[in-house]
Amino acid sequence: MKHGKEKKTASQAFSSVVKSRLGGETITLCYQCGTCASSCPVGKITDRFNPREVIRLALLGEKDEVISGDAVWLCCSCYNCQERCPQKVEIADVMYALRNIAFKEGYIPNIYSEFASALLNDGRIVGVSKFVEKKRPDIGLPPLQPTGVDSLRKILSATGFDKLQQKKEGA
Amino acid sequence: MSSYALFLGCTIPARQPNYELSARKALAKLGIELVDLANMTCCCPPPIQSIDLETSLAVAAYNICLAEEADLNLITLCSGCFESLAMANTILKDDEQLKAKINRILSQVGKEFLGNKEVKHLLQVLVDDVGLNRLKQSVSKPLSKLKVAPFYGCHALRPSELLKLDDPERPTILENLIETLGAESVEYRNKLKCCGGLLRGYSDDLALNLAREKIVNTTKAGADCIGTLCPFCFVALDIGQMQMKAKFQETYDMPVLHYSELLALALGIDPKELALQTHKIKTDKILNKIS
Repeated sequence: MKHGKEKKTASQAFSSVVKSRLGGETITLCYQCGTCASSCPVGKITDRFNPREVIRLALLGEKDEVISGDAVWLCCSCYNCQERCPQKVEIADVMYALRNIAFKEGYIPNIYSEFASALLNDGRIVGVSKFVEKKRPDIGLPPLQPTGVDSLRKILSATGFDKLQQKKEGA
Repeated sequence: MSSYALFLGCTIPARQPNYELSARKALAKLGIELVDLANMTCCCPPPIQSIDLETSLAVAAYNICLAEEADLNLITLCSGCFESLAMANTILKDDEQLKAKINRILSQVGKEFLGNKEVKHLLQVLVDDVGLNRLKQSVSKPLSKLKVAPFYGCHALRPSELLKLDDPERPTILENLIETLGAESVEYRNKLKCCGGLLRGYSDDLALNLAREKIVNTTKAGADCIGTLCPFCFVALDIGQMQMKAKFQETYDMPVLHYSELLALALGIDPKELALQTHKIKTDKILNKIS
């Protein structure tokens, strides 16, 4: 009895956390029909990702399994599922909310850490090399305008993004 | 003559002069003026949305502010940029509370999102500002023998409620634009399925499997080339074919051209001006077929 009560509390706690985050607002509307799973191009080629299952686990309060796992990073963000969900669960956005929580708690895949560093350093996630920039006039392209990297850093500091990255680097 | 602030993004200036050159030259020929604004940044697409959605919204809004200050609507070539900016624009126009929150962040850099401008993808500008009729009249070298497999990718179309570019399940805008150039738009299996681009770097195996399906299906359908809209799809499908050769020990030879490149060729722009050497899968047979 006590065990059941604890479970319920844990599941409510985690689904409320997800629901309160940008992107996670619609998670509790899910009734597990599986339309998402049958629309998912990744799910068709691997059993490592099933959007319905990720949402089920999150609703059951299995926070650790969800945010430390591989599945949440295997959504290809194609939004097929979200277009088709009969309950209007914003599934791809829920995946972002779950990734945001994972990132905040230090579960950071290397490639995402690289994206974050590039954004902080260059203001771009794919850097333009000096060589490529210099060649522009030769091939008929106008000079590149300066990037607003100073403003960007201020925004990243105002949202706490710069600290998210430090967590990984310090770890 | 319409003018737009060009949002160039990261991948195009870093790696795809073929996209930038063809789009700039074709749009100039069609009377669309592109203005390059200073101080733009990364749009904060899905890889950054995955880290923090609020940051992505704020940075997208900051970039839209620059266009608002210049009193210009925005045009994007990249579907990733289109998604980030158009999504932020729609969300913030509709949600006063969130707009106030984002504006508190933007006040740190002296900006305020007003929500009085549009964010358009290249395709929308071609249809809305030029129009299919005038576009057809501007074609001097019709691509009449060419069979093009249209590939939308994901983020020009979805989430459709926020992007409003076309029907997400039965789009026609790209097919119509291809046929306007005199080419044949070819139907193929799973046309609207993802190229796997965003899984590159996290799970290259799965990404390549998704991309391979595109190459196999368009080859089976008899296409001469794939017509793309997005630099990420281009990487997944063009450079991807080199990686597929290594991984699956199969031969692939499906040229991938951005729609803007097909457009520039049809408008009679000299192929030598288009940096076609950027392509890993050579475009010679396409040029031979249309010359």
